Amino acid sequence: MKDRYDVLVIGAGPAGSIAAKTAAEKGLDVLLIEKRQEIGDPVRCAEGVSKEYLKKHVEIDKRWICADLNASYIYAPDGTKIEMAEEISGGEVGYVLERKVFDRALAEQAANAGAEVRVKTRATGLIIEDGSVKGARLMHLGKTYDVRAGIVIGADGVESKVGRWAGIDTSLKPIDMETCAQYLIAGENIDQHHCEFYIGNEIAPGGYIWIFPKGEGKANVGIGVLGSKTGKFKPRPVDYLNKFMEKKFPDARIVEMVFGGVPVSGSIEKTSTNGLMLIGDAARQSDPITGGGILNAMDAGKLAGEAAYEAISAGDVSLQKLEEVYEKPWRTTLGHDIDMSLIVKNCFINLSDEDLNSLAYSLKDVKFERMSLLDLLQALFKANKKLLWDLRVLFKDAAKEVVKNKM
Amino acid sequence: MSIKINRYKCGYCGACVGVCPKGAIELVETWVEVDESTCVACGICDRICPVGAIEVMK
Repeated sequence: MKDRYDVLVIGAGPAGSIAAKTAAEKGLDVLLIEKRQEIGDPVRCAEGVSKEYLKKHVEIDKRWICADLNASYIYAPDGTKIEMAEEISGGEVGYVLERKVFDRALAEQAANAGAEVRVKTRATGLIIEDGSVKGARLMHLGKTYDVRAGIVIGADGVESKVGRWAGIDTSLKPIDMETCAQYLIAGENIDQHHCEFYIGNEIAPGGYIWIFPKGEGKANVGIGVLGSKTGKFKPRPVDYLNKFMEKKFPDARIVEMVFGGVPVSGSIEKTSTNGLMLIGDAARQSDPITGGGILNAMDAGKLAGEAAYEAISAGDVSLQKLEEVYEKPWRTTLGHDIDMSLIVKNCFINLSDEDLNSLAYSLKDVKFERMSLLDLLQALFKANKKLLWDLRVLFKDAAKEVVKNKM
Repeated sequence: MSIKINRYKCGYCGACVGVCPKGAIELVETWVEVDESTCVACGICDRICPVGAIEVMK
């Protein structure tokens, strides 16, 4: 480990590894650190991703694909099933990843691009001089190292400290976080070509239960509950999950347990400061509806890697510059999407089971030709006029999409 | 005032760290540390914990 780099990336998840790889490919001198001794482990993820978006970032490698999905079923509280088949999204629903392998592969790509990778290396604080982040204090095997960098990228996940150290308040309210538990189950011979979602205030208040096939008959069965709807005197995610397991898979063998907190806050006010950018879960960039974070993290990682190059080349790593090269690009792309999702989330968490049932009932025979916002809105309009009013903001967006498609 | 984390129950997911308004909690590798001088025992971490591994000590 040297005492100076162009870019220091803290955290080797998908966001950090893509940022490190992108910056290294541009010729920057990059250090990527991971506090754990094994990259990708322990997993804190349901591991589902959209195929199309994943392909934008990496070449698909069978070593980290566990299942290839061609349909997803959503179950309303009364059991009404909405089926979204392959043709909906142009023949591509999603993959279920093996994050332990996937995350390592991404870190290896960063290393191959020239980044130095250090595991079991944790940031314990930032070096801040003249109001600008100039590096970080690291700890590796009990020894501390001061490492200076032109730019620090905080990719340190839901438990991020980097932003807070730099004065950016990234703390989330319970209503802004899904609290999750998941079992990897075996012995149930789960169908490997579709995933399932179960919604309802009884089974998963403010969230949902998912079943994602994980290869060889196994599956990730997990739950997210909105933080504001759980707590000391209420059941916890693990309690809801056990209840579901008893009913649905009483004989399943649990071969792995996973816990996690997923930000569902929508875009936060600030994700950069002088000499510093935050990306991925550290920047609360996961999707408020699905809780999916991998692809947004990779998008943000790429933007931040490019931004680091631009800022360092220009000799200007000030907040003002980073707003131009990082904040603005991410907010107008994935930021816009997560804010739209937030509107839908805020509307959905207030629906009763009856509302959800009636909604599902009106959607169940809709032939989704493509999973576009406009199709969904049309279906919703027929289903529930009140809901439509709550979601009116989305219309502007849908209208824009139509205009764009026509042009 | 502080919190007690049952490390035999904790799944070291870091959800508590994300919601702590004071930044008093840290997920270090596979265990959670609390800075007792910063913690105000507000209990938000207890509320978010997926397994209920946190006890607030008033």
